[in-house]
Amino acid sequence: MGTGTRVEVTPAAADVLRSLRGRHGPLMFHQSGGCCDGSAPMCYLEGEFRTGASDILLEELHIDGFDEPVSFWMSTAQYETWKHTHLTVDVVPGRGSGFSLEAPDGVRFLIRSRLLTPSDGQPQNGSD
Amino acid sequence: MTVYAPPGTEGSIVKYETRYDHWIGGEYVPPAKGQYFDNPSPVTGQTFCEIARGTADDVERALDAAHGAAPGWARTSVAERANILNRIADRMEANLEKLAVAESWENGKPVRETLAADLPLAVDHFRYFAGALRAQEGSLGEIDDDTVAYHFHEPLGVVAQIIPWNFPILMAVWKLAPALAAGNAVVLKPAEQTPASIHYLISLVGDLLPPGVLNIVNGFGVEAGKPLASSKRVAKVAFTGETTTGRLIMQYASENIIPVTLELGGKSPNLFFDDVSRADDDFMDKALEGFAMFALNQGEVCTCPSRALIQRGHYSDFLAAGVKRVENMKQGNPLDTDTQVGAQASNDQLEKILSYFDIGKQEGAKILIGGSRSELGGDLAGGYYVQPTVFEGSNSMRIFQEEIFGPVVSVTSFTDYADAIKIANDTLYGLGAGVWTRDINQAYRAGREIQAGRVWTNCYHQYPAHAAFGGYKQSGIGRENHKMMLDHYQQTKNLLVSYSPKAMGFF
Repeated sequence: MGTGTRVEVTPAAADVLRSLRGRHGPLMFHQSGGCCDGSAPMCYLEGEFRTGASDILLEELHIDGFDEPVSFWMSTAQYETWKHTHLTVDVVPGRGSGFSLEAPDGVRFLIRSRLLTPSDGQPQNGSD
Repeated sequence: MTVYAPPGTEGSIVKYETRYDHWIGGEYVPPAKGQYFDNPSPVTGQTFCEIARGTADDVERALDAAHGAAPGWARTSVAERANILNRIADRMEANLEKLAVAESWENGKPVRETLAADLPLAVDHFRYFAGALRAQEGSLGEIDDDTVAYHFHEPLGVVAQIIPWNFPILMAVWKLAPALAAGNAVVLKPAEQTPASIHYLISLVGDLLPPGVLNIVNGFGVEAGKPLASSKRVAKVAFTGETTTGRLIMQYASENIIPVTLELGGKSPNLFFDDVSRADDDFMDKALEGFAMFALNQGEVCTCPSRALIQRGHYSDFLAAGVKRVENMKQGNPLDTDTQVGAQASNDQLEKILSYFDIGKQEGAKILIGGSRSELGGDLAGGYYVQPTVFEGSNSMRIFQEEIFGPVVSVTSFTDYADAIKIANDTLYGLGAGVWTRDINQAYRAGREIQAGRVWTNCYHQYPAHAAFGGYKQSGIGRENHKMMLDHYQQTKNLLVSYSPKAMGFF
């Protein structure tokens, strides 16, 4: 289980990440938006997706067995509408789309959300 | 009422092959690595065929074929290219019912929609671009008495197209028709959720195009889509999907300095002003249908009217009537022509929608109807069905800000015109919008002020060729469905010609 305060990873998703890490190398996420497979967290080789000033590094996920964290990014514009929620990366059977690394394995990373609470130590007001 | 037999069963008008390879150079070619993946029908969750799992080697082979065919296709006269597109349209029209059933089976959408919309629109799309091509002309500028600037349209060469799964045939045709009309050869990757429909189409029309002009490489995004989108051998990439992949494709394109067109979805507002309810007449009935349009194609439409904004004066009554409309929707076997709401296209899509029910409830949105998975019995028990759902909440909630891509509408109220526009534009996206009012001045002002590429005015979900379709803001780049898409698939060649025998006098 990741130890983040804004983003966490379920044990099942961590297993998939370990498998992908073993085959491909260091990993990153960029949270998508928009249609089709929008709302899916896209998993790439670290550095495959170039982040910039329009992105925010939401979390560095520490996964057991990894020497390096898995960075979790989102566009700042999307973050404005998501920032009152806590995210958990889960995995479900599926086909996926986009260029995310896990899709050929017949699984798909999926975001589950809950409202941030004071114990998360993060701003909770979506309009702040 | 007709209930079509599932493809491959006795009495069905459609028979899918048990396996589809890549369509390259006018023939089927097995994948270089010899791997295949299962293709389930969302109607039952059962696999009905297997699909070649393409990799970079297969993409290269397809690009070889495309580059071999592109010069000849570019030289083919516009009359001949247009004739071929028209022949494709004719062949599709003659087989419309089969194509409609095939697509319904693969995507889960109701056959009443594929029969009445997806396929007739696809047929017309080829005809529209056949006509647009014949009518296209270059231009000339008479610079001065001796000098003329001629402008020619030239094809880009070989283009890449990555197709979404929500309209497997129609979205492929939206991209293919202008690209082929403009004289390009194409390497197309269908969505991994719905790869077989396009091959069923090829089984009917594959002989009409010269070999190599259209090539189809199946496979997963990371294994086949990425080598295609990042290839130095394509002159343009067209993609429909979501924002992160859209950005990644732009990043690849920036390395090769090639153009892209992108359609990345939206969170389309559907505005109902008070005067809609002034009379209980045909228009009121039409507006209520407009409210219910969020369930078209199970909400798996980039322009799904997934935010209904209803003015305070008639809010309660209009919403109650809208919910009643939703209550009457018939969900069930997509192959039954009476079915209005079918299955979501994949299991992960179903899971995503359920995750939005969860966060919507946590944020305090009220479920007025629906809100869970539909458990259908018999053969449909394994399919991916979701109840048409109406949420009531506020525009800052995530269910108002993200495209759920399910049969889900989030409803809120507005006080006056200014409030309506403010809420409508309070979104990252700008693909579609709807405006419903009996006041034509109000309709015009609202349509112009909403920051979206398509504003349906007193209608919704119509997609005729000849009406430009594309996004503002983060919804993408380019306009499909219109002759201006020809330009997106063409270079401009300028010949600057001097008819003077005299030197310029510099040297």
